[in-house]
Amino acid sequence: MTNVSIIGIGCTAVNEHWDTSIRHLAWYAIEAALDDADISKVDALYVGNMLAGQLSQQNHLGALVADFAGLRGIEAVTVEAADASGGVALRQAVLAVQSGLVETALVVGVEKMTDQTGSPITAALATGLDADYEAMHGLTAAGAGALLMRRYMHEYGVSVSDFAGFSVNAHANGADNPLAMFRNRLKAEAFAKASPIATPVSLFDAAPAGDGAAAVIVVNSEKAMDMSPQPIRILGSALATDTLALHDRKNPLWLGAAERSAQKAMAMAGVTPDDVDLFELHDAFTVLAALSLEAAGFAAPGAGWQLARDGQIGRDGRIPISTFGGLKARGNPGGATGVYQIVEVARQLRGQAEACQVPDAKIGMVQNLGGAGATAVTHILGV
Amino acid sequence: MEVSRHWRLQEQRYKLVGETCDNCGVKLFPPRDVCLECAAPAKELYTFTGLGEVYSYTTIYDAPAGFEQQAPYSVALVKLEEGPIVTAQLTDMDEDEMYIGMPVEMVTRKLRTDGDEGMIVYGYKFRPVQFEMAVK
Repeated sequence: MTNVSIIGIGCTAVNEHWDTSIRHLAWYAIEAALDDADISKVDALYVGNMLAGQLSQQNHLGALVADFAGLRGIEAVTVEAADASGGVALRQAVLAVQSGLVETALVVGVEKMTDQTGSPITAALATGLDADYEAMHGLTAAGAGALLMRRYMHEYGVSVSDFAGFSVNAHANGADNPLAMFRNRLKAEAFAKASPIATPVSLFDAAPAGDGAAAVIVVNSEKAMDMSPQPIRILGSALATDTLALHDRKNPLWLGAAERSAQKAMAMAGVTPDDVDLFELHDAFTVLAALSLEAAGFAAPGAGWQLARDGQIGRDGRIPISTFGGLKARGNPGGATGVYQIVEVARQLRGQAEACQVPDAKIGMVQNLGGAGATAVTHILGV
Repeated sequence: MEVSRHWRLQEQRYKLVGETCDNCGVKLFPPRDVCLECAAPAKELYTFTGLGEVYSYTTIYDAPAGFEQQAPYSVALVKLEEGPIVTAQLTDMDEDEMYIGMPVEMVTRKLRTDGDEGMIVYGYKFRPVQFEMAVK
């Protein structure tokens, strides 16, 4: 168990925020988290971001955001690990607070996609892959998901429509989340007919890129008891990596980093999959939801999709996932996604998830993946 | 212009030059100097035959900048006969001809063009094997 707890959370809606700059997005989430924690100062800021250098020609977000948020002078740095940037930023804050060198750490995940449109965004997202040996051959993030999905279908004898349950569940939950990018319900029949992005991945299979920012504030757990009426304990925290390129993995259908980070985090927390009440996983593509459930020990290899088919991933199912819509319906704001996942699980454990509430949620697991699972960071939260 | 980053990969792009691990004997592509299997130094060059089979494939409709003109195009994981899997485009075939396990061979093709005046990058793609004799 770590000695770190969450005392403040906040986020913006995920959307195409045409009228909002990256600094404003970050500030709105920080302002909400500071208000929630009822504090005005922090000692360090960790910014999770993937694409600002490419899409907004803006690096150096640590200094920018600290300055713009009225925190000028504090320690501040950007953390980048593709779309795991947000979760990895929290990991850095946990290390800092656990060490005792930082008292109050602020994490903000922020992504501004819509400073550009279309193919530049697709190209920017592909920089999470191997530039020389994947992206130069035209592979995209969705393409990598598609290669996994096609192989999964081949090895385990499943069809495209067998993945529909993941998107249907995500949209059903997103419909209840006012901050979600897509609040429409999705019919399973529509899933298989959706237009292709990278076959067999379609528009209703892939998570949409959106703008957004989410923030959390962490302090030492003893201090948290005095500062917050409902501190959320970080019971486990672990990060693992795999080969960057999919083609270098002995078995591409096994997310080794996801398995290692989940096992380490669960061991640290002293829990097993049976103890976990909900699992916010990285459903950038439906096949990643299936593979994440398998890697974390909720299903045998090749059987992750059956949890969706059997209705076990809903809010009243065996292992609720994507409870606020997941990446698929809440939206996937790149480097901010991992912090959204933390904010959402904290709301579940506080009992503040409103229409999205999972009954009696006590222990929540969060896993944020970068690229096709080359980085995996897992946190276990509890009350 | 990113001339140097393409120039320095010419042995890989045009000839599939990878490496053999001195310690465990595994063949490596792309070359990585430290063996993927045993972490020993792997610096002996090895030129792959370019024969393999399709391990998985996708046809990309939502293309990144630089590839819009080619879309839709197909990218595969090709399992080379020496063992490694390589990411490359499939060419000289329609999507409905592709299948997992399809025997393919390496050819040199245009990977991308940076506009009318820009650099043309060549490299490996894979097509159906032309002669059955080529397949073991």
